[in-house]
Amino acid sequence: MGKTKKIELDKFREAVVGKYPTKVGRKRAKAIINNDPDNIPQIQANIRTVPGIITQRGCTYAGCKGVVLGPTRDIVNITHGPIGCAFYSWLTRRNQTRTESDMEENFIPYAFSTDMQDSNIVFGGEEKLKQAIREAVELFNPKAVAVFSTCPVGLIGDDVHRVAKQMMEEYDNKINIFGFSCEGYRGVSQSAGHHIANNQLYKHLIGRDDSVNGKFKYRVNLLGEYNIGGDAFVLEEMFEKCGIELVATFSGNSTVNSFENAHTADLSMVMCHRSINYVAEMLETSFGIPWIKVNFIGAGATAKALRKAAAYFDDAELKARVEEVIVEEMAKVEVVRNAVIPKTTGKTAMLFVGGSRAHHYQELFNELGVKTLAAGYEFGHRDDYEGRRVIPTIQIDADTRNIEEITVSKDQTRYKERISKERIEALEKEVGFEYNEYAGLMADMEKGALVIDDLSHYEMDKLIEMYKPDIFCAGIKEKYVAQKMGVPLKQLHNYDSGGPYAGFQGAINFYNDIAMMMSTSIWKEMKAPWEREEVIEAVYAS
Amino acid sequence: MLLRHTTPKEIDRKALTINPAKTCQPVGAMYAALGLHGCLPHSHGSQGCCSYHRSMLTRHFKEPVMAATSSFTEGASVFGGSANLVQSINTIFSVYNPDVIAAHTTCLSETIGDDMTAIIAKAADDGMIPEGKKVIYCNTPSYVGTHVTGYANQVSAFVKFFSKATLKKKNVVNLVAGWMEPSDMREIKRLAKELEARTILFPDMSDVLDAPLDGKFQMYPAGGTTTADMEATGDSKFTIGIGPYSTEDACITLENKCKVKFEVVDIPIGLKATDRFIMSLSRHANVPVPDAITLERGRLVDLIADSARNLYGKRVALWGDPDTLIPLCEFLVSLDMKPVYVVSGTSGKLFDERMGEILKNIPEAKYKCGERADMFMMHQWIKQEGVDLLIGNTYGKYIARDEDTPFVRFGFPIADRPGHNYMPKTGYQGAANLLVQILNAFLDYEDRTCPEEKVEFQI
Repeated sequence: MGKTKKIELDKFREAVVGKYPTKVGRKRAKAIINNDPDNIPQIQANIRTVPGIITQRGCTYAGCKGVVLGPTRDIVNITHGPIGCAFYSWLTRRNQTRTESDMEENFIPYAFSTDMQDSNIVFGGEEKLKQAIREAVELFNPKAVAVFSTCPVGLIGDDVHRVAKQMMEEYDNKINIFGFSCEGYRGVSQSAGHHIANNQLYKHLIGRDDSVNGKFKYRVNLLGEYNIGGDAFVLEEMFEKCGIELVATFSGNSTVNSFENAHTADLSMVMCHRSINYVAEMLETSFGIPWIKVNFIGAGATAKALRKAAAYFDDAELKARVEEVIVEEMAKVEVVRNAVIPKTTGKTAMLFVGGSRAHHYQELFNELGVKTLAAGYEFGHRDDYEGRRVIPTIQIDADTRNIEEITVSKDQTRYKERISKERIEALEKEVGFEYNEYAGLMADMEKGALVIDDLSHYEMDKLIEMYKPDIFCAGIKEKYVAQKMGVPLKQLHNYDSGGPYAGFQGAINFYNDIAMMMSTSIWKEMKAPWEREEVIEAVYAS
Repeated sequence: MLLRHTTPKEIDRKALTINPAKTCQPVGAMYAALGLHGCLPHSHGSQGCCSYHRSMLTRHFKEPVMAATSSFTEGASVFGGSANLVQSINTIFSVYNPDVIAAHTTCLSETIGDDMTAIIAKAADDGMIPEGKKVIYCNTPSYVGTHVTGYANQVSAFVKFFSKATLKKKNVVNLVAGWMEPSDMREIKRLAKELEARTILFPDMSDVLDAPLDGKFQMYPAGGTTTADMEATGDSKFTIGIGPYSTEDACITLENKCKVKFEVVDIPIGLKATDRFIMSLSRHANVPVPDAITLERGRLVDLIADSARNLYGKRVALWGDPDTLIPLCEFLVSLDMKPVYVVSGTSGKLFDERMGEILKNIPEAKYKCGERADMFMMHQWIKQEGVDLLIGNTYGKYIARDEDTPFVRFGFPIADRPGHNYMPKTGYQGAANLLVQILNAFLDYEDRTCPEEKVEFQI
C-alpha cells in the first residue's frame, strides 16, 4: 500500500458531493469536514438519512432491544412484531454473559416474538401479546419481561405499556413487566433507541433495591459497556484486582438486580457516551452520583481511567493498589507492543463505527504507531464529535422531537452528595478529571484528519480508492467491500469473533490481531501470476 | 447448558414464537434481486430492515451485499413514503447507476398502504428514471408468509416486469431457481450444459455471491441473469420451476403472461430429486441424457452403497425451508435414515402432503410447519426422544452442543462456517458432498467419543 496520500478535504468533498443530486450534495457537505482540534468546527450529525444513499445505519428497535437491553441475561425480551426483527437480533451481537451457577437464568440464546400475522395488523395484536407473555411466564418463569415495539405496532395503535401494566397486575406485581416504544421509524438511527431504553431502565429498574452488597468499600458503575467478545469480563477482573466494587454494568454481563442496585454506587464511569449518557445524567440528578467519561480501550487509556477512579476516592491504599496493577499489567502489555510495533508503525487506519468506538479505538492505534486518517460515527450526535459543551446549541429537529424526554428530579430520601465542588475542581487540575463532561472525538484527532458523519457506501468507496488506508475499521456490511478492494477490514462491532479488546489484556489481544492483519500475505495474491506484470511495475515506481 | 430452559414438557402455545425456523419476507426479495445482473435491491421501509437483511446475507455469504433503503422517518410513516422513494430513486441512479432498481416493501410501508405503482409512476413523471433504466417492485409484507414468500414474490416480479412474448418461440427451457446457494445454481447450469440443453436460469446468484477477490469492488458483479435473458423467457418453449414454494408463482405468472407452459419440480437435492430434474430437463429440452451424467449418478449410488452401514436407521431432526426440506428428507429416507422431526416456519399444505408421503414408513416421525413450528418445539421433541443427527442452519449449534449431537449445517443462515456457497448440495455431485458431510459428522463424533479400544484405523 506504501506511502500515505495526504488527505485533501476539498478534493474528497468535491469528488463525492459532486456526484450527488444537488440538494443531497449540499446536505452531505456539512457532514464531511476537516478536523481542527484547537478550533473545533461544527459538524452536521443526528439528522435524517438521505433515502437511497446506502447508509450503514440501523433503527431504533436495534438501538433499544439489540444494543441496550439485549445483553441482560435474565429478562425475557419479547419482540412485538412480525418475525424479522426478533430473528435478526437473535445472537447477532456478541454480548457475552456468564452465569454464576448452572441454575441461574440466561435467556440470551433465545429469540421471543409475537410473530404478528396479517390478522394481528388488521384487528390489533394486544391480545396476542398478552397471551405470549403468559406463555413466556409459564415456560421460563422469569423475574422480568420486556416488550419491544416494532414498526407496525405504533401504526396500528397497540399500547405495549398498557398491556405490560395489565399483565403485571395479572401476576400480582410479582413479575416486572415493561414495554418500549422503540418502533424502527422513530428518530433517525439506533440512537433514538438508546434514549428510549435509558428512560425505561430508569423508570422500571433503577433504584428498586437499596441493599448495599459487595466486598469492597469503593463502589462504581460502568456505563455503556456491552461485553462484546468478553470486554466486560476483562474489566470485571480488573476492578476486582484493584479492590473496586463494580455495582452495575450497563449492560454487558448484567442482570435485573444489578440495575435495581445501581443507585448505591458512588461513581459512574461512562464508556459509550452516546448510548448511556442519559442514565448517567439521571443517576446524578436523582441520586447524586457523579459520572466521568473514561476509555478502557487502549492500555494507556485504561491506566488513566483507573487513576481517575483512585483519585476520586482519594484513598492512599487504593491508589497504591491501582498503581501496582498498572505496573504489573503494563509490563505484559509492553512486551507484546514491542514485538508487534515493527509491523504496525507508520501504517494508516480509517474508523467508521456506531457511536463511540471510532473514537476509543484511536487510542489503541496510537499505541501501535498507526495514524488515523479519517473517522466518523453512524449515529453520533454533535456532542460525541465536538464535546458536550455544544449541547446547549444543538437544535432538536422534527425527526427527533417525538422521542420522549423524561424529567428526573432529586430523590428526596436517597439523594446523597458524593463529592464536594471544591474537591472536583481540585481533581480537574490534579488528574484531568472531567466531571460530567466529554470532550468528543474531534479533540483527540489530528488537524486535517477527515471527519465524516453517517458515511455512505459511495463515500467509503472513494475514501479507500483515493487514500488506500492500510486498515479500514467498520462493520459486517462494509467488511467484504473493503476486502474486495484489497484493504483488510477490522470489524469493530463484532471484533471478527475476536476480543476482548478492553483493558490491558484486551490491548494485548488487539495488538496481536492488528499485527496479524497487517502481515496477512494473501493480499499479495490478488492478481494471478499471468496478470501481474503491471502491478509489479506500479509497486516499484512508487 | 445454553438452552437450559428448554424442557421436554410441551404446552399448547398460541401466541409466542421461540427460536423461529423462518424469517421475514424482504430478505428473500433482497436475495432474489441480487440474482438479476446490474440490479440494486431497494427496501421501501425504515432503514433498520435493510441493514438487518444486508447483514444477515453478508454473514451467510461472506460477500458484499448491496441494497438501498427509503429510510422512513416518523413523518413518512404517518403521511406516506412517496417522497422518500422518489428521492431514493433519484439518488440511486445519480450515484450508483444500476440498470434496475428492484424495490420491495416492509411491514411499515405495507401497513400504511403505500401504493408502489403510483409512486414509481410519479418518479417516472418527475424524470427521476433515466432512459433505458427500470424500477420494478414487489409487495413483501413481513406479516404474511416468510422469507421464502418474499423470494417467490421477487422472482414473480421479474416475470411481471420483464418477460415478453414475441410469438417467436425458441427451443429454450426456462429454469426458475428456487432459494438455494450460488454453488447450486452453478451446478444446475453445469448439468444443463452437460445435457446440451438451451436454458435461461433466473435468478442466478453465481458470480454475484461467490465473486473473486481481485483488488476491485464490483458494485454489480459479473453474474446475474441479464435483463435481455429475462425478457427472452417469454419466448421459451417451457419453464421448469425448481422448488414449488419459491418458484411456482413465477411459473404461473409467466404462463398467464406469455403462455409458456411449466412444470414445478423439487430442488434437485439427493438421488431421486436429481433423477426427476434430469428427466424433466431431458424431456422438455428434448435432449438425451449423456453418459457422463449416468456415470455421475453411478458414482453417487456407489458411495451410498459403501456407506450404508453408517447411515441405516439413524434418527435425524431437521429445520429450514420446505423447498429444501422436502427433497432432503426424501434423500435421507433413500439412505435408509429416519427424518423423525421436521420443522419449517413456512406454512403450506404441500409441505404436509409431501412429508406425509415421504415419511409414511416412519410412524414415529413428527413434522410441522407454519406459525410456532419453531426450533424451540423441535428441541422439546428432541428432549423427549433423542436424535442421532441435526441438519439445519447455524442456530442449531446451540442444540447440538447441549444434546451432544452431530450437526450438519444446511440452509440459511450459515453464519459460522465459510465455503458453503462454493460447494453444491444439488445434483449427484451435491448429494455426494452432502453425504460425505453427514458421514464425517457421524465418524468424527464416533472417533471422539468411543472407548479407546474401539478407535478404528479404517471403516
